[in-house]
Amino acid sequence: MVSSSVVENLDQIFIIVRDWLTHFLPAAWRPAVDVVLSVVVIVCVFPGLFALTTVFERKGLGRIQNRLGPNRTGPFGFFQPIADGIKSLTKEDIVPASADGVLHFLAPVILVVAVFMGFAVLPMGRNMVLVDMDAGLLFFFAMGASTELSVFMAGWSSRNKYSLLGAMRAIAQMISYEVVLLLSSVSVVMITGSLRLTKIVEAQNQYSYGLPHWYIFTPWGLAAFIMYAIAATAETNRSPFDLPEGESELVAGYHTEYSGFKFALFFLGEYLAMFSISGLGTTLFLGGWSSPLAALSFVPSWIWFFGKVMMSIFVFIWMRGTLPRLRQDQLMNFAWKFVLPFTLLDLLVTAMWRFMGEGWLRWVVSTAILAGAYVLMGRLSMHRQHFAPRKYRYAD
Amino acid sequence: MGLMFYLIAALTLAGALAAMTLKHLVHAALAVTVAFAGLALFFLNLDAQFAGFAQILVYIGAVAILVVFAILLTRGSELPKDGVFSRTWFVGLPIAAGIFAVLGWAVIVSSKALPSDAPTPAVNVHDIGVALVGRYVLPLEILALLLTAATIGAVMVALHEKERAR
Amino acid sequence: MGSPLTGYLIVAALLFSIGLAGALVRRNAILVLIGIELMLNAANLNFIAFWRYSPHPEALTGMMFAIFSIAVAAAEAAVGLGLVIAIHRHTGTTDLDKMNRMKG
Repeated sequence: MVSSSVVENLDQIFIIVRDWLTHFLPAAWRPAVDVVLSVVVIVCVFPGLFALTTVFERKGLGRIQNRLGPNRTGPFGFFQPIADGIKSLTKEDIVPASADGVLHFLAPVILVVAVFMGFAVLPMGRNMVLVDMDAGLLFFFAMGASTELSVFMAGWSSRNKYSLLGAMRAIAQMISYEVVLLLSSVSVVMITGSLRLTKIVEAQNQYSYGLPHWYIFTPWGLAAFIMYAIAATAETNRSPFDLPEGESELVAGYHTEYSGFKFALFFLGEYLAMFSISGLGTTLFLGGWSSPLAALSFVPSWIWFFGKVMMSIFVFIWMRGTLPRLRQDQLMNFAWKFVLPFTLLDLLVTAMWRFMGEGWLRWVVSTAILAGAYVLMGRLSMHRQHFAPRKYRYAD
Repeated sequence: MGLMFYLIAALTLAGALAAMTLKHLVHAALAVTVAFAGLALFFLNLDAQFAGFAQILVYIGAVAILVVFAILLTRGSELPKDGVFSRTWFVGLPIAAGIFAVLGWAVIVSSKALPSDAPTPAVNVHDIGVALVGRYVLPLEILALLLTAATIGAVMVALHEKERAR
Repeated sequence: MGSPLTGYLIVAALLFSIGLAGALVRRNAILVLIGIELMLNAANLNFIAFWRYSPHPEALTGMMFAIFSIAVAAAEAAVGLGLVIAIHRHTGTTDLDKMNRMKG
């Protein structure tokens, strides 16, 4: 086996490189330069991952839809993001004459800035947090709430009915699912006892019989994770919740009037929001940078973190290719009448789990309550739906 | 009084002034959002991190969006033909100026009695949580009731009356 | 200036009077509500500034006041804006100078 010091060095390689780059500076300057270096790395790495994800998405969607994705630029089409980048940078920037110039310009900028701020509190590896804030989770959600205002600015400043409709739908959807997002993370905070994300990861970094203590492996954690995943899909306007920007429905929703670089900024903002919400989901439920088996801890922690985030992105892409789009009223009904009550029940079950003490009883009771409630709520909401027998008509 | 304080103060006051004097409603709403952000920065400058992030989450993430939705639903995008200031503005403005004069005088007169410096409070979120369910549990529960009543009330007030629409 | 607290209090007083002026002078009901929110925010700034420079900040009084005030202000904004929307549906306008049917 590899010696432990090599393993540890590989795990902390970015910290070691950063310290080596700044060791000649006076000690007073070092924290500021460390932060600047880390920010530069984040600003380079995540848009790079975004470029890779656009190719994966197009090829993945293509394969799900029984066609090849882009395959002309580069080997198997992997240089497509470069072509896309050149195209969006050189396209003419069209601003409608009656549009509100300042707001039209500021909207994508504010979106990207607010989304980048969210990366500041995610622990991407052991000791690899940009700012270890005491109220880190609250900071993340505060930055997420700021993105909604930029969506409104985009929709309203375009002076376009489709944009405004798309923006209002998007905001209504985002504020509804934001409540669910916050409540499902409150379960994790209740069990860990801290809003500090590094402490949440450390609480999950323990192993019993070789299996990790990730919160997704507990009944309340699984329910909370599923609700979080639904809310995350809706927050980032991804299919099946992408009516506000549905290409076949509303032209392009609130980014109809954007072209060239500003549209690329919106695209970047949406994918970065996906990354940051997946990053938070892995930190809260999937154990962050901890490895799935105690035997595999020699693999560096940042590889586990990015691996889990890319797995979540893969699930996002899979859902986009598979599920049909939800209508706006179906989406809102789903949020307020199913997901929110279930999340509140999950909060109660989490509290009960905490106070029941160790043992097999709390597993059985929690699972029974959650499964029973799920079946009951599902039946209740299907109660008044009458499905007529399907009629198939074939072209002759 | 460092540079940070003056910058944040300039941002907040500019936003507030713009909010109260701009003719276009949506611009005014966005200017007041800038003022809210400036206030959040003030709270962070005063080492009150929880209050600062709660301010961003609640005011910018909820109240500003409520205001903007209300402007859209009441067709506030058109400029009124009678002007945006009320007919009796000459009464309101001196009242506000008078109140500022009184408050400013009170602050300056008592500035000697104010503490000149204090060490950074070592307060973390855990202490806030303990205080909320310990000493301040009664206001917390009353607040929960108030928020429930406000939610139900707001929905009922703004509800479309289906019978009359027929 | 003897104390940094004075600066914060002056800014809070200025913010309060700007909010008050807006609430008294503007025609549109929504802008009056925005003015009221500014006044509440100014009071919050006062609370937090006094908490920071108080002799016992671990008692958390100022912070608690500010947090509760933020929550109450959000609830009040919701109800107020609901009322404005209902009034607009009823009378077709949000101009406060025209809401004088109870006059005289």
